Amino acid sequence: MIALGLEGSANKIGIGIISHTPSKPPVILANLRHTYNSPPGEGFLPKDTALHHRAWVVRLIKQAIRQAKITISDLDCICYTKGPGMGAPLQSVALAARTCALLWDKPLVGVNHCVGHIEMGRSITGAENPVVLYVSGGNTQVIAYSANRYRIFGETLDIAIGNCIDRFARTLMIPNDPFPGYNVEQLAKKGKNFIELPYAVKGMDASFSGILAAADVLAKGLDESLPDEKRLKTEEGELITKEDLCFSLQETIYAMLVEITERAMAHVGSKQVLVVGGVGSNERLQQMMGIMARDRGGSVFATDERFCIDNGIMIAHAGLLEYQTGVTTKLEDSTCTQRFRTDEVYVGWRE
Amino acid sequence: MAPETIEPTAPPLRAPSPAPTDRPLHTLPSPFTASNLEVLTQGAEALVYKSTFLTPQTPCVVKYRPPKPYRHPVLDRRLTKARLLAEARVLVRCKRDGVDVPGVLGADWEAGWLVLEWVEGRTVRAVLDGWAERGAQEEEGVLGLMGRVGRAVGRLHGIGVVHGDLTTSNLMVRQDERREEGVKQTNELEGDIVLIDFGLASHSTQNLQDEDRAVDLYVLERAFAATHPKAEPLFQEVLNAYGESFKGARAVLKRLEDVRLRGRKRSMLG
Repeated sequence: MIALGLEGSANKIGIGIISHTPSKPPVILANLRHTYNSPPGEGFLPKDTALHHRAWVVRLIKQAIRQAKITISDLDCICYTKGPGMGAPLQSVALAARTCALLWDKPLVGVNHCVGHIEMGRSITGAENPVVLYVSGGNTQVIAYSANRYRIFGETLDIAIGNCIDRFARTLMIPNDPFPGYNVEQLAKKGKNFIELPYAVKGMDASFSGILAAADVLAKGLDESLPDEKRLKTEEGELITKEDLCFSLQETIYAMLVEITERAMAHVGSKQVLVVGGVGSNERLQQMMGIMARDRGGSVFATDERFCIDNGIMIAHAGLLEYQTGVTTKLEDSTCTQRFRTDEVYVGWRE
Repeated sequence: MAPETIEPTAPPLRAPSPAPTDRPLHTLPSPFTASNLEVLTQGAEALVYKSTFLTPQTPCVVKYRPPKPYRHPVLDRRLTKARLLAEARVLVRCKRDGVDVPGVLGADWEAGWLVLEWVEGRTVRAVLDGWAERGAQEEEGVLGLMGRVGRAVGRLHGIGVVHGDLTTSNLMVRQDERREEGVKQTNELEGDIVLIDFGLASHSTQNLQDEDRAVDLYVLERAFAATHPKAEPLFQEVLNAYGESFKGARAVLKRLEDVRLRGRKRSMLG
């Protein structure tokens, strides 16, 4: 069975085509993505992002079909992101999905974005029943599977971790291309001095807004136009750099993520951990998670940016899994929603 | 909007090979030796051992927080010290004010260990699992248990302490040690509730109180929902008992409604 997947919940539009054959690993026939980047110091606005998606969706679908070397009649269903995400971009992609479904007379499947990430991660890495850490620009959740639901054990109490990193990147005027987190990571690799920031973990939940506020205050002390005595220094009198702040921010917030993940692993008694979502492609986070998992006698599974970062293939994959259990979305129900919890989805395709 | 190159189709990624599974055994600093220790659990934060205190017949718990190699050493030392001290202080306060918790027998916050009184019994989580396995009968017994959980949490909150990680694994049902051998085991749903693991607890100031208390209840509620789907409807009994337990409990329950609402909204941004 072959499915077309359309993803556009944030600033990336992704089109993917996947093929499932019983008792064989899924085959990726096409996986295309285009990213809308805003200038340094700014975030992406819903209306501009929706415009971008509308401008690219037809081109990308055509190219994906060509690349997959299939014809329209080979497609079994069309999967699209129902939510969660930004309203305007979601709507523009849902509209494209509906149009294709009517044009080609194919069933639609609305997919939860978070479930898409989890299923893709499981399929790519072969992790069977891991504790899932889903970390991206809009989401921060620790999830474990139980009784046909992906249950949320821990989550952010305010902003998402990726949002915290992106906004800090804006404060320091770090470019958004290819993505802010990547540029922060590269700077952090050169950081030496660890500057203390707040550390906010509550049970299996975490909070990032206070850390962002504290980091933003510290960033003001980096300004080169300030008189020397007002600039931020270490105890030894060494000037603190942008790199040091990126390093300290990463060390602090990733330690929090590893801690809440470890707590969830201890709680459910799991030894596997799967990291998905855009922030999951951060090598330092993967490394820290690996050390934690090793000390618990377990292992960590992660993917690179092709599958970590939003893509169409994960929507096609999760949608096709659902389609195979006989679930489709009627045209009149093919809405999208900004709020769509991971645990609202009935996972009929797992034991 | 200038067109950019579109990423080419990528073949499926090879999974990174899992890390080796032979975990190094953490060794405790002196005066502890491996001979008199028995590992109980590896929590997220700490390794918990059973040992003896002063006499070979007096069991105790040794809670060791090993350095976390994934954390920056400065951050690690700061967290270990702050948490161990906070835990010991809160336990002492609870004991003094009549909340049933294990007492503190000794501590070293630089080396990262804490020695606590032994509690004989099972966790509420294990008790509920057993109850669910037996077919989720004995409604009266389990309702009684829920009530005692609610009152225990209420007593804790009543003295101004919030637990910070209130899950069903951190609540124990004390079993009567004086029970005569050979006598048929009393219903395991019976027994006093003992609160354990105060690693994230705090004695918070008045203005933060309601929020923190409500979050405590919210964490507990979600722990019930996540691990005991059958017991979830019974959680209302916990809240009922909690509401009666101290002055100000009603306000916390009201706040809990806010936390729930916010909880449903907050993760769905972006």
